[in-house]
Amino acid sequence: MSDTVIKVEGLGKEYRIGVLKDRNPMLRDVVARSVAAPFRRLRNRGYSQGGKVERVWALRDVDLEVRRGDTLGIIGRNGAGKSTLLKVLSRITEPTSGRIEIHGRVGSLLEVGTGFHPELTGRENIFLNGAILGMTRKEVRAKFDEIVEFSEIGRFLDTAVKRYSSGMYVRLAFAVAAHLEPDILVVDEVLAVGDYNFQKKCLGRMGDVAGQGRTVLFVSHNMGAISALCSRAVLLDQGQVLAEGRTDKIVSTYINRGLDSSGEVVWEGESEAPGTEVLKLHAVRIVSRGCVTSDVDIDEEVRVEVDYWNFQPGTCASVSIHLVDKSGIVALSTVNSPSATLNDDGWSCRPHPVGLFRTACSVPPNFLNDGLYKIGVYLVKDVNRVQAHLDDVVSFTVHDTGVMREEFTGPWPGAVRPRMAWETEQLGEYVSTSAGGGT
Amino acid sequence: MAEIGSSTQRSLTDVRSAAPLVLKPRRGWSALQLREVWAYRELLFFLTWRDILVRYKQAVLGVAWSVLQPFVTMVVFTVIFGTLLHVGTGSSTPYAIFSYTALLPWNLFSGSLSRAGTSVVGSANLVTKVYFPRLIIPVSSVLAGIVDFAIAFVVLLFLMPYFHIPYSWHMVAIPGLVVLCVLTALSVAIWLSALNVMYRDVQYLIPFLIQLWMYLSPVIFPISKVPAGPLRTVFMLNPMTGVIQGFRWAVLGDPAPDGLLAVTMGVVAVLFVTGLFYFKRMERSFADVV
Repeated sequence: MSDTVIKVEGLGKEYRIGVLKDRNPMLRDVVARSVAAPFRRLRNRGYSQGGKVERVWALRDVDLEVRRGDTLGIIGRNGAGKSTLLKVLSRITEPTSGRIEIHGRVGSLLEVGTGFHPELTGRENIFLNGAILGMTRKEVRAKFDEIVEFSEIGRFLDTAVKRYSSGMYVRLAFAVAAHLEPDILVVDEVLAVGDYNFQKKCLGRMGDVAGQGRTVLFVSHNMGAISALCSRAVLLDQGQVLAEGRTDKIVSTYINRGLDSSGEVVWEGESEAPGTEVLKLHAVRIVSRGCVTSDVDIDEEVRVEVDYWNFQPGTCASVSIHLVDKSGIVALSTVNSPSATLNDDGWSCRPHPVGLFRTACSVPPNFLNDGLYKIGVYLVKDVNRVQAHLDDVVSFTVHDTGVMREEFTGPWPGAVRPRMAWETEQLGEYVSTSAGGGT
Repeated sequence: MAEIGSSTQRSLTDVRSAAPLVLKPRRGWSALQLREVWAYRELLFFLTWRDILVRYKQAVLGVAWSVLQPFVTMVVFTVIFGTLLHVGTGSSTPYAIFSYTALLPWNLFSGSLSRAGTSVVGSANLVTKVYFPRLIIPVSSVLAGIVDFAIAFVVLLFLMPYFHIPYSWHMVAIPGLVVLCVLTALSVAIWLSALNVMYRDVQYLIPFLIQLWMYLSPVIFPISKVPAGPLRTVFMLNPMTGVIQGFRWAVLGDPAPDGLLAVTMGVVAVLFVTGLFYFKRMERSFADVV
C-alpha cells in the first residue's frame, strides 16, 4: 500500500511579474514593438526593456514524493508557493522545469463553488459544478441525495443560488466537492469560509476520504486543521521545500520561523536604498505583538515602521504610508504631518539633523479587514517633494480570529472592518394601519 | 482493509493498470490531444447547457428575443435596402425572405464570434481554478447559439408560405449547412478567443470585425451584384459566402453553390486546423495570463 502516487522532481515554476502586475499586452504594443524590434535589439542586449519584465520563481527545485493514502499538509507563508504547487499538480498551469509523475485521477478543489452560476438553481448548480470538478452525470445523479443532505439546503434546492445566504452557498458548493471521489484530492484553503460547525463537518468528510486509501494534499493557514487532518507536512518557503516530515514537527518549525523573519525589508547598502541624496529609506517593517511579522491577528495592533536616513542638515521630512488591500484598492493613506495625526510626533515637517530616524504608525486593532494588505511608502521633503516612493514594499496578512464573528460568519466586504458605534432605539409601538383605517 | 469500498477497489486497480500522467514543460507546437476533449464531452454539454439556460432565464422576453432579433433586422433591412435603396435580390424572391434566409446563418456566425471571442477571458474563474481542455470554452459558447438558430428557423418555416416559397427537397441539406456554419464560426472563434487572452484589445476589434465581415458576405445583397475581380475573389474566399449561398439554394431555390462550397470547406479546414494548433500552443499560459 505504500507505493508512490505523486513524484515531483526538480519542479520549478517561473512567473513573469511584469505580465502579472501590469495590464495585459495590447495588440498595438506588439505591433509597435515588432516595428521597433531591430533597433531595440541593438540597444539592450541581454536584459529586457528597462528590466520591466521581472521573472520570479514561484517554485524552485521542489522534490516531493507522496505515497498512496498519505494526507500531506502543505504550509508556508503567503507567496511561499503553496498555491502554485497545487495549481501545477492539478494541471491548471504548466511547470517551467522539472517533472511530475501522477498515478491516478486528481480532483482539485482550489476554490469553493467554481463555476457556480448565480442565476441557476441549487439543483442545476450541483450538476454543473460536479461536471466542472470532473464528475460524470451518472456519478452526480447517484450521489445527488447525499449531496443535498450534506448541504443542508433542503427546500431551497430549486431556488436560484443568487437568493441563497452566503452560508448556504458555501455549504452547497462544498457538499458537491466533498462527494468528489478522485484517487488524489488536492484542497486549497477553502475551509476558511463557512461556519465553524460546517467546517468541522467538512474536515470530518476529508478525513473519511483519506481513510479510504485516497491521497489528500491540503493547504491551509489553519494549523489546527493541518494537525488534525495530516499525517505528514511540507513547509515551503520562497518556492522551496524547507522541511518535510511529521506534521507536529513541521508545524512547530513553521510557527517558530514565523516570528522572527519576513514582514521586513532592510536596505543595508546606501547605494541600493531608494531615495535621493537628501533622504533615503533604510527599512520598512511590520510589527505586531512586539515582533516583526507578516501575519497579524485582526484583534492586534499593527505597527508599520519606516526607518530613513537624512543626509542634509535642516531637511523638513515627513513620511506617508498607503495600505492597499488585496483587490488593489487603497484602503487608507496616512501621513505624519502634525495636523493629520492624533499626536504630533515632534519631527514631522520640521528640520532634521543628519542621521537615522524611525517613524512608526500604529493601525488600531479591529480596524482592518482580514486578508492581505500591501504597504506603500512615501518619503517626502518640504511637505510635497517626494524623495522616495515604493509601492508594495512589505505586505502582511490579517487573520480573522473570529472576534467579530460570533453572529455573522459570511464574507465581510470592505477595505477595512472597523468596529463602529451603533445606536438603536424603539420609536414606538406597532399599530396596525389596515385595522384602524390609517391616515 | 475490509472497509475499503468497491469503488475504491476499482480505482486502485485502475491506477495500477493505467499509465502515469507525466507533467513537464512543453515548448513550441504540441499535439492537439483531441481525445482528451472528447473525454470531457460531458463538461462541454454542461457548459453549453448553462449558457443557454442563463440566457433565457435572465431575459424578460426569453425565447421571444430569438424571434424578434432576426425578424426586426429583416424588417429594417427590407425597408432600408429593399424599399429605399432598391438593392434587389437578383431574382423574383421578395427582399424580406431573401435577407432573412441569409440572416439565419449570419446571426449564428456573428453571435458565435462575439460570445466566443471573449469566452476564455470571461471564464477566468474556471481557467485559474480547474483543469479541463480549454478548447471546451469557445466550443460551448458557439454551440449555445444553435438554440437561437433553431427558433429563428421555425420562424422561417412560417415565413416561407407567407412569401409563397414552396418547401423543397433541398431543405434536407440544411443540417449539413448548419454544421458547416458552426465549423466556420468555430474556426474563427478559436483564433479570436486565444488571441484575446494574449491581447486584450482583440475584444474591441471583434464588433468591428463582425461588421466588416457582414459587408464582405452576401447578406444584404445578392452575390451577383459583386463585380468580378479581386473583390469577387475576397467574397469567394470568405467561407460565409458559401454558407449563405448554400442556405439560399436550400430555401429559395437559388443556383447551387457546388464549386463555392468546396472552396468554403477548404478555407474552413485551414482556419480550423491552424486555429486548433494556435489555441493548443497558447493554452498552457492561459491560467498565468488570464
